[in-house]
This record gives sequence, C-alpha cells and structure tokens, in this order.
Amino acid sequence: MSVTVRIPTVLRTYTGGQATVDADGATVADVLADLDTRFPGIAGRVLDERGVLRRFVNVYVDEDDVRFGDGLQTVVPIGSTVAVIPAVAGG
Amino acid sequence: MTTSATLSTSPATDGAPTIDLGPAVALSCRECGHRVDLGPFYACTECFGPLEVAYQFASSGEELRAAIEAGPDNIWRWAPLLPVPPGIASTPNINPGNTKLIRADNLARELGMKTLWVKDDSGNPTHSFKDRVVAVALAAARELGFSVLACPSTGNLANAVAAAAARAGIRSVVLVPSNLEQQKILTTAAYGGTLVAVDGNYDDINRLAGQIAAEQEDWAFVNVNVRPYYAEGSKTLGYEVAEQLGWRLPKQVVIPIASGAQLVKIDKGFTELVELGLVDASPYKVFGAQATGCSPVAAAFKAGEDVVRPVRPDTIAKSLAIGNPADGPYVLDVVRRTGGAVEDVSDDDVIDAIKLLARTEGIFAETAGGVTVATLRKLLATGALDPDEETVIFNTGDGLKTLDAIASSVGPTATIKPTLAAFEQAGLV
Ligand SMILES: Cc1ncc(COP(=O)(O)O)c(C=O)c1O
Repeated sequence: MSVTVRIPTVLRTYTGGQATVDADGATVADVLADLDTRFPGIAGRVLDERGVLRRFVNVYVDEDDVRFGDGLQTVVPIGSTVAVIPAVAGG
Repeated sequence: MTTSATLSTSPATDGAPTIDLGPAVALSCRECGHRVDLGPFYACTECFGPLEVAYQFASSGEELRAAIEAGPDNIWRWAPLLPVPPGIASTPNINPGNTKLIRADNLARELGMKTLWVKDDSGNPTHSFKDRVVAVALAAARELGFSVLACPSTGNLANAVAAAAARAGIRSVVLVPSNLEQQKILTTAAYGGTLVAVDGNYDDINRLAGQIAAEQEDWAFVNVNVRPYYAEGSKTLGYEVAEQLGWRLPKQVVIPIASGAQLVKIDKGFTELVELGLVDASPYKVFGAQATGCSPVAAAFKAGEDVVRPVRPDTIAKSLAIGNPADGPYVLDVVRRTGGAVEDVSDDDVIDAIKLLARTEGIFAETAGGVTVATLRKLLATGALDPDEETVIFNTGDGLKTLDAIASSVGPTATIKPTLAAFEQAGLV
C-alpha cells in the first residue's frame, strides 16, 4: 500500500471505526477509487453524482489542499498522507 | 462526552442525560436537509454539508417581544431564540452583547449619505463580536459534556475563548498563526489558557484543528465540532440592530467577511424576526466586505460563480485572513437574494478608513472595521449602495488590537519641551 489516508469521523462507519487506512494510487482520484473497492460507498460521500469533490469537503495531500494543485488529478507521492476533512467555518 | 457521541442515531434512553438547549430541537444539513439529534456534530454524514441548528420556538409576536424586553441587558435577552439551556443567564460567563448602535452623522456627511449607523461590537468584553459566538458555544459545550474549550483563530476568537474559559473555570487551548498581531497574542496569553503559536496561516491551523478535534473527544473546538451552536451567536447582532432601531430592519447593511458565518447569521437573525412577527417584513440588502489580499468571496461574486476558490491570504487585515471560507457559498446566496454585493479594498484603503472612522466618529476600529468602512465608501462610489437609504455597518473589533496597522501613519502633532514658549513656538495656537 503506497499511501496513508486519514478518515474523518463522519466516514468511519465505512472503515469500521478506523481513523487511518492504507491505499494505493498515483492520484487522489485513484486513491479514492481504491478505497471504494475495499470500503464500498466511501467515494460517493466525498464526490458528488458528477464525480467532483463535494463543496464542503477538503482533501489534502500532506499539507496541501488539492484545490491548489490539480484537484482529483493531484499526484500522491508514495509514502504521503491524504487527509479528508470537512470544511469548517473559522475566526 | 462518550454518551453524547452516539446520540445522532439513538436518542438517550437508559437514563443518559438529555440535552436541553432551549428552543433547539435538532441539527439539520444546510445542503441536503438530513436531520440528526442535537450533539457535537458539525458535518452531514450524507454530504459533508454544514449542520445548522433547527428550532421550535415557544412563542412569537407580542408575548416573545415582552419576554425579550424584560430580559437581561446582554445577549441572554435572546435566549428564547438561541441554542442555550434555560437559566443560561445565571451561569458564569462573560455576558457579551447589547453593544452600542451609534448614529454616525459626521461620517455620513463626509460620505454624502443620509442615515448611517455603526453597530460597534468593539464594546464587548474582549473587544470583538467573537464574545457572542463563544458565549453560545460555551453554553452548548457544557450541555454536551465537554471539558476543554478550544479553537483555531485569526486572533479575536483566541481572546474570546481564553477569556470565556477563564471565567467558566475550564481549560482552553487556542491555536493561532505565529505572525499574528502582538496585541492579540499577549491579550490571549493573559487569560492563562494554553496558547499555541503555529507556523502557518489560518487555513493550515484550521486543518490541524479539524484533525485534533477528531482525536480529542473531550475538546470542544468552538468553531469546529461545536460550530452549529457557535455560529448562532452572530444572529444576536441582527436582533440587536432591529431592536435598537425600534423593532424594524435597516435598508442596507455592510458586514466584514472571513469565514462568512457572521454575515450569513445576521441575515438569518433578520429573517427569524420577520417570521416570528417581531418586525414587519421589509426589503433589505446585505453587502459583504473583504480585503483585496484575501477576497475569494468578492472574486466569486464578481465572476458570477457560486463556488468560492480558495486563496493564500496576504493582507494587513489578519482577522479576516481566511483563504478558504467555509460559509462563502452561503454569503453569495444571501447577497444575491437581497440584491447586495461583495466588494474588496486595498490595505491602503483600510488604513485610510480606520483613520476616517476615528476622525469623524471617535470610533477606533481594528483592520476588519477599516475593511468595512472602506468597502462602504467603494460601494457608494460604484453606485451599488444607495446613499439615501438607511445603512448599518458592523464594526466588529477594536483598533487597540491592530495598532501596528496605523503606527507608521499617525503620531503626535509635535514633540516639545514642557514650557509655554515651546508650545507657542510649535505653532499650536
Ligand atoms: C473582527 C472580526 N470581524 C469579522 C470577522 C469575520 O467573521 P466570520 O468568520 O464569521 O466571517 C472576524 C473573524 O475572525 C473578526 O475577527
């Protein structure tokens, strides 16, 4: 398994409560597809019907928001951490 | 805490304490309408949309108005409309609210306007509107059984959380960008909580806080896992303005935007007042204010888009420096629905506007207030805002916290020896 994925609380029902899981894939899209084979339905929570990132979810590859990179096509280097985090209001 | 974590699917039975947050009855998703029971939840399990408090109000109209008017002289007069337990006014907290609505005739004259008011929230206990949201978040956090109050902050929230936790006698943990204004760092530290300076911008810290919140089940991050309750505190700004105007709504309001939550909730406050029969329905326009160096919502508004593309902030208005504003899409909805606009202004304009407000009205605003006044001026110049319609602008923070912003452009008129001769020589008479 090439990368670590951090699972937010609201998605842990899919992963049997696990906060981090391993996955394979060269891009964010690949990683999500790989996760979905083992945790069916999880990708559909992160992506909408058109297959784009839902507007209230943030995905980070290591420290960087993928929307600053190439979105779902952002490259995920081996050994990196992908974090899925709900968007939160601030102050 | 462990019991309430399961409340979304199974209502308390086996003697577990039920959650009493006054008129709040559930949380509902703003995106898809999915409902869950009250609890420490903030993101919809179906679509990640933000959860918001749903209410069943006990009364309306005259009866409600009488109860409000007889209430305490702070935000708890609005307890019948907030997710707070009955008796909130008697628990130890810092009781923000009922700040001044100041008639700004001098500024209005200078800008060529007819009727202008400044809702001056720098008068709160820690000198920003954040005391309101934190007061409500603290009430919810206690009711939900949390024992630590925490937040990621652009500065003002740090002050408010540290102070409220101190008064409540609980621990606070606050994360701020390490390059924040010294005044905000020192004042937060003075309250004695845990203050962590992080090498990163607000958006980095926000992400970190989200990750910590997922692991520390006992910590109430006011603007993360307690966010639905927290955000409701901003409704009181809308309520107070309406009451202070004699139970009616203004025609135009200008509100600064960071996450956008405050703007969205002031509009929600106005809407509720109409629904509850406390004010007559009358059209109003909501305008949003950003600094150009962090203006993702203004950019989306101008481009006619309904998604907000994140930016990396670079502005002196650090309290508004959120590059990835979670409530941005809802700001766009409110502004478009009411016929308002979102505008952005340069840092130089912000400094000018701070001085303008101070010089004309004796109100010393922090950079966020400067952004708001400068935006007002720009909206008048573009014709988006009508100078003849009654307008309220929100000054949300105190200039003493951002002294550096104006330090190089103001100073003594003269520096002299303590003699009458020196005074006369300086040409001051
Ligand atoms: C003084 C001041 N005004 C306005 C705002 C904007 O609030 P919001 O994040 O709700 O848009 C902030 C946010 O931190 C602030 O500190």
